[in-house]
Amino acid sequence: MEIFLQILANGVMLGGLFAIVAIGLTLIFGIVKVINFAHGEFLMVGMYLTFLLTTGLDLHPYIAAAAVVPALFVLGALTQRFLIQPLLSARDEHVQIFATVGLSTALMNLALLIFGADIANTPVHGVRSQVQLGPVRVLEGQIWILVAAVALVIGLQFFMKRTTLGRAIRATAQNRAAAQLMGINDRLIYVLTFGIGAACVGLGSALIAPLYPASPTVGTYFVLIAFVVVVLGGLGSVAGAFFGAILIGIVDAMSGFYIGSDLREAVVFGIFLVILILKPSGLFSTRLNQSHVSP
Amino acid sequence: MLEVEHIDAGYGSTVILQDVSLRVDTGEVVTIVGANGAGKTTTLRCIAGLLQPRSGRIRLDGQDITELAAHDIVDLGITLIPEGRQLFPDMTVRENLMMGAYRREARACQSQSLSEVLDLFPRLAERLDQPAVSLSGGEQQMVAIARGMMARPKILMFDEPSLGLAPIIVSQVFEVIEQVAASGTTVLIVEQNVFHTLKVADRGYVLENGRMTLEDSAAALLADDHVRQAYLGI
Repeated sequence: MEIFLQILANGVMLGGLFAIVAIGLTLIFGIVKVINFAHGEFLMVGMYLTFLLTTGLDLHPYIAAAAVVPALFVLGALTQRFLIQPLLSARDEHVQIFATVGLSTALMNLALLIFGADIANTPVHGVRSQVQLGPVRVLEGQIWILVAAVALVIGLQFFMKRTTLGRAIRATAQNRAAAQLMGINDRLIYVLTFGIGAACVGLGSALIAPLYPASPTVGTYFVLIAFVVVVLGGLGSVAGAFFGAILIGIVDAMSGFYIGSDLREAVVFGIFLVILILKPSGLFSTRLNQSHVSP
Repeated sequence: MLEVEHIDAGYGSTVILQDVSLRVDTGEVVTIVGANGAGKTTTLRCIAGLLQPRSGRIRLDGQDITELAAHDIVDLGITLIPEGRQLFPDMTVRENLMMGAYRREARACQSQSLSEVLDLFPRLAERLDQPAVSLSGGEQQMVAIARGMMARPKILMFDEPSLGLAPIIVSQVFEVIEQVAASGTTVLIVEQNVFHTLKVADRGYVLENGRMTLEDSAAALLADDHVRQAYLGI
């Protein structure tokens, strides 16, 4: 029983990590309707920034987040403004997807050029120390990731429902032309939303960096799971992505222990395929961020 | 106040409007009548900034607004209530109305505007916290009109406000348009319900196959043989 609880705890913690990567991805998809294949590379960029700030200025990685989050916001906003927006009028909207794939490859190779293929270890500053929580032990850093993911979900819900900008973002997602007729600058909304989505993964990157070494391809693994989580949660649903992430984290940890660690991903993606077939709209789908009619 | 000068417009290779001109003076109620596909909606979309005319100019109080984005035109005081309501389906009625007051000038007096439109549409007061998508067609049209009024525009444009509504609701809609006009707002309205519209309008234009063919006072248009035959079926 104790082992089971420990595996469960590991799974929940892993889920928190998947969630903090996936939240920005699902936000951008739900509002801007662009699948950002460079999302994993945004994570990678954030982890290297954290690495540089912690080693160069001897900062605690969590303090470094204060610089990494705004930096990623700018990276996301620039991506929308100068890469996606010029393609909005393209005849085929899939062009935008290929553009983000291109950005992903470019960022990966840029990192390879600057940092080489070796891993970069961010100083841990004690966040790898173990914490006893009742019958289970987890890393301090894992707890902070889970706390941050929960706070991000709640914070985003509040922002979307209660602030003028949040309402304008929802309005633009639900009916873009009508939003323009309200006086909303839809292009600016998309730029800000892309920035916010990137800032979310920026927060994740600063929290993940002391636990996982950075490398040019570090984003690839996380973002693959993030896509699974986003689809499970219902595309565009932030809360859905969170619960999907926790579920996948638990499945990952359980199958790794009870079935075999080599088969973890086979089980995760097997379950993903089964759910896709049985309930293609996702386990927690809402209509909240879907677009309906546009003239 | 609003001047549309010789605009051509269309979508892709399709030409919809050719050399369309019209003028709306302060405090007037002006209507554009015409058959389906004549280009009435396209004219309003050009004025609202949703569609860029290929040539010609649009001016508001002398200022050239032809190339402004839709949201800038809203800021200047022109609001379009689009055809087919175009509500934010998963927002509540209250949120929809609040989005109407997004324009900076309107934001300050949001709550005053809200109580004003609820006086005009008491039915909506009971529905404030329901999602817009759960309302009936007539109620949704009321939300659309109320949302447009929340912007406190100088010019309010209606695109087919009575389309698809039951006759009793159509009368209500026209009563509201008269009240909007009586409150001093300038109105430009596009309608297939020609008789009703000419009754509330001061002046009217007839748009046929993308060209303005006739311009006169509403009373003269109601008496015009061509209008009576083509649009009133008399």
